[in-house]
Amino acid sequence: MNWGGVVSFFASEHAMRSERVLQRAGLSARLVPGPREVSPNCGVAVAFLWEDEPDVARLLGESKIRYEAIHRYALDAEGQATGSFQQSTAREP
Amino acid sequence: MIGEVYLDHAATSWPKPPVVLESILNFLETAGGNVGRSGHRRSIASSRAVSLAREQLADLLVAESPDELIFTKNATEALNLAISGMAVDGVRIVTTSLEHNSVMRPLRGLEQRGACTVEVVATDGNTGEIDLDEWAARLRAPGDCFAVATHASNVTGVLLPIAEMAAIAREAGRHLIVDASQSAGHVPLSLTALGAAAVAMPGHKGLLGPSGTGLLYLAPGVEIEPLLRGGTGSLSESEYQPDFAPDRYESGTPNMTGIVALGAAAQFLHETGLDLIHARATALGRHFRDALADVPGITMQGPVDPDRSVGIASVTIDGIPCSTAARMLDDEWGVMTRAGLHCAPAAHRSLGTAPEGTLRLSWGMETTEQDLDTAVEGLRVIAERARAAASRAIA
Repeated sequence: MNWGGVVSFFASEHAMRSERVLQRAGLSARLVPGPREVSPNCGVAVAFLWEDEPDVARLLGESKIRYEAIHRYALDAEGQATGSFQQSTAREP
Repeated sequence: MIGEVYLDHAATSWPKPPVVLESILNFLETAGGNVGRSGHRRSIASSRAVSLAREQLADLLVAESPDELIFTKNATEALNLAISGMAVDGVRIVTTSLEHNSVMRPLRGLEQRGACTVEVVATDGNTGEIDLDEWAARLRAPGDCFAVATHASNVTGVLLPIAEMAAIAREAGRHLIVDASQSAGHVPLSLTALGAAAVAMPGHKGLLGPSGTGLLYLAPGVEIEPLLRGGTGSLSESEYQPDFAPDRYESGTPNMTGIVALGAAAQFLHETGLDLIHARATALGRHFRDALADVPGITMQGPVDPDRSVGIASVTIDGIPCSTAARMLDDEWGVMTRAGLHCAPAAHRSLGTAPEGTLRLSWGMETTEQDLDTAVEGLRVIAERARAAASRAIA
C-alpha cells in the first residue's frame, strides 16, 4: 500500500485520536513518523490514501480534532517517503 | 479468624476491577515507551493507549471533546491548577463551608499572600442545603470573582444542589470550579450538561483507577494559566508553553500506566452504568441507616436523605473517641473506616463535630449488606462497652 497523503498535527494526542476516527470510519490510516518538511510540531503524522482525502477532511472536521494541515505526500507501505513533498492542501478551518 | 470489610472508599476505592489490574500489566508489557515523545513503536503504543484512556473518560463523563480532560496526579493537583490558574490579583473567591482542605488551603494560601479574599457561604452538612440567594448575590457582586464548590461532602456524603449553583454562576458570568472528589464515578454526571467552567476529580476513588491519577475538566473556551510549564512533546522548537489543551496543562511525563488503567476503569463503569451504581449505594445507605436506628449511643451525623448522597456516613459514639472506635472495629471485626476530621475542619465545625471529628464509613460497588451489618454489630458492641465503662465510673 502506498500512502498518498499525511495529516500533520500540533499534538500527538490529536494524531492518535485521528487514527482511531479514520479507522473506525473504515478508512486505511496509519501513524507514521512526521516528515520533517511537513511539520516540525509533533513527532507523528497520520498517513492515508490520497483518494480518501475528501473523507479525511470531513471526518476530522466532524470530530473537531485539531490538526495542522493535510498534505499530499508519497510514502511507501512502511511510511517512508518515496518521493518529494508535493503540496499542502486543506488547513484546519 | 475475622474477615475483612473495607469501608474506606471515600479515601480510596478497593478492590479495583480486574480489568484495571490487567490493563496495568498489559501496558507495561506491550507499550511502555514515553507518550507523545518519540516515533518508535513503543512510544506510539503508549500514545495510543493514553489517548484511548482520555476518550474512555470523555465518554463516561460526557465531555464534548477528550481535549477538555487534563490528566493530573490527583484531585488536589487538579484543584490547585484550576484555582491558581483562574486567580488574578484582588479576586474574590466564593465557596461553601463543606470544602475539603484541597480547596481551602489553596484559597487560604492566596488570601495570606493578599492575592484574594475568600467568602464562605454556610452550607448544611446534613441536608446539603445552601442559601442560593446568598450564593447568587455574592457571585453577582462587582469585581473579579469566581467560585469553588464541592459536589458531595467528604464527611457526610450529602450532595449539594450543584446544577443550580452552576446555573447561577453561569448567569452571573462567573467561573465555577466543582470539586467532584466524592461524586465522580458514584453518581451520573454529565460534564457538558452541568455547565461548570471546571470540574476536578481523583482517579483513584469512585472512578476506580489507581492512585496517582486525577482529572481536571475545563469547559470549551475556558483557558487558564498552567500550573507547570515544560516539555510536552509538541512544538519542541518553541521555548513557550503551547496554547492548546491538553498539552498546555500537561508538562512532563505523565503517569501513563495509571492513566491507561483509569481508562479501563472508566469503560468498566460506563458498561456497568453510573445510575445503577448510585442506586446501589443509596440502597446500602438506607440499609445502614435502618440497621443503626435502634442502636443506642450512636449519633448519625448525616446525611438525612440517603437518596441525596453518595455512599458515605459519619457517626459519633457516646463516651468513646472515634479514633478508638476505628481501631476496635479494625482489630476485632476487620472493619476498616476512617476517624477524625477528614481534612475538612470547616465541615466539622458546621456539623458541630469539631475538633473530635467523626467515624466515617464509606462503601463501594463490592460492599454488601452483610458488610454493613458487621460494621453495625461492631458499633453496637463498642457503644455498649462505652456505656458500661461510664456506669462503672459513676458507681
